[in-house]
Amino acid sequence: MTGFHTLLAKEVLRFWKVSVQTVAAPVLTALLYLVIFAQALEGRVQVYDGVRYVSFLVPGLVMMSVLQNAFANSSSSLTQSKITGNIVFVLLAPISTLELFGAYVLASVARALVVAAGMLATTLWFVEVPLRAPLWALAFGLLGAALAGALGLLAGVCSEKIDQLAAFQNFVIMPLTFLSGVFYSIHSLPPAWQAVSHANPFFYMVDGFRYGFFGVSDFPPGASLAIVAASLLAVSAVSLWLLKSGYKLRT
Amino acid sequence: MSLAVEEGEFFGLLGPNGAGKTTLINVIAGLARADSGSVSVLGSDVARDYRRARRLLGVVPQELVFDPFFTVRETLRLQSGYFGIRGNDRWIDEVMHHLDLASKADVNMRALSGGMKRRVLVAQALVHKPPVIVLDEPTAGVDVELRQGLWQFVRRLNRDGHTIVLTTHYLEEAELHCNRIALLKAGRVAALDTTQNLLKTISGLELVARGRDGELSRIKLKDYAELEAALARLRDAGVEIHEIELQPPDLEEVFVRLTGKERGREP
Repeated sequence: MTGFHTLLAKEVLRFWKVSVQTVAAPVLTALLYLVIFAQALEGRVQVYDGVRYVSFLVPGLVMMSVLQNAFANSSSSLTQSKITGNIVFVLLAPISTLELFGAYVLASVARALVVAAGMLATTLWFVEVPLRAPLWALAFGLLGAALAGALGLLAGVCSEKIDQLAAFQNFVIMPLTFLSGVFYSIHSLPPAWQAVSHANPFFYMVDGFRYGFFGVSDFPPGASLAIVAASLLAVSAVSLWLLKSGYKLRT
Repeated sequence: MSLAVEEGEFFGLLGPNGAGKTTLINVIAGLARADSGSVSVLGSDVARDYRRARRLLGVVPQELVFDPFFTVRETLRLQSGYFGIRGNDRWIDEVMHHLDLASKADVNMRALSGGMKRRVLVAQALVHKPPVIVLDEPTAGVDVELRQGLWQFVRRLNRDGHTIVLTTHYLEEAELHCNRIALLKAGRVAALDTTQNLLKTISGLELVARGRDGELSRIKLKDYAELEAALARLRDAGVEIHEIELQPPDLEEVFVRLTGKERGREP
């Protein structure tokens, strides 16, 4: 048992103790999206051949929840610890920068996986969704959650107040997830908007994750995985550099 | 600033607000980075060999901070885990017993009073049995009962060989507990000596005599040996002594002289 294991266990316990808010609520929200959008748009939006819109929607919504919850976990935990001052207990301990980063990001991945499992467990009762390439789905789910968790950590390091964090969430994370092809196939968009979508890293996570279910995607899954992995490396490198510098953590 | 605290000492860091006490402690604890220079804890550099330095150090922060998600016992188990210690319940129970926290073990941190939260902070600093304990204003806003209990426990730790570094605004606490004191002023050491020497060399004794007419005469003495000569001077001056008082050295006077601050201006 090292400081890393304890910090990881503490971060998992932290969200699990308030699981109504951190797990049940996001599952319910995603289910509401599913019911409303499926009812309103079934038959009106053209997606992949032979795939019903409601089925198409499920992996997209699961990935959206994965990204939002992974981000929320690390960012809110770190920001709250900074505001209340209890981050000092971690800073006083012999825990390295890499261990701190790893514990926060893995706890984010854990929350994202629990929310994803909860969503799949509830939706698969009434929506038929195939699982043609499960390893691809798992790879995109894990890398996407890790990337969002690392982004959350970055936002948590930079934020000193809850409203700064909320701004990051509302003006960066929300638009990127909503415009990532969760609710539509980008092939239905005009060429200009397709190009814009390709600049959004969240698009590759949603599209690749969906490939794991239907075996069809808008972009080659191998290339998407490479882009997601490269984004994860880049965000991790910036987060680790900031943590090591002590920026807004150690004066 | 150049300062060495010896092993086993009960060392006091005193100074007015802004003197640099908490900054110094934060640098020692790794919470702040020094612009230049170095700090070692029992030979381990706090930046280069931070893992070992932090294991040797237990810090009680000044702010009353806590994690509202956990109970007292969970808090102490987590803190043990941060230092790589598992199965620490026997020591945790002992620390809680000494700090009168045993009855609150399963109470959420949010539900504790300020004094109780302060005790948990002390317990958190001790879970890994550090040989050096740093207490930053440990009794600020704490009731008399806890203060006495806390000092009894800290003195016991010191007798058991722990080095104690204390910052406080309560001069009588420093006078009572510390073997050696550094007075800081604007980030520099204004005085550094044993508590006794600081009191003796800077303050000395003061003889206060009241004559029959009510007039007060004050004479500074280096020690009690000068008392007879001082009384002779008063008699020679024709003072008919009605009341006499010998005031012992007082750290407050040392503090005021060296820092130029009245104690009333301190929080």
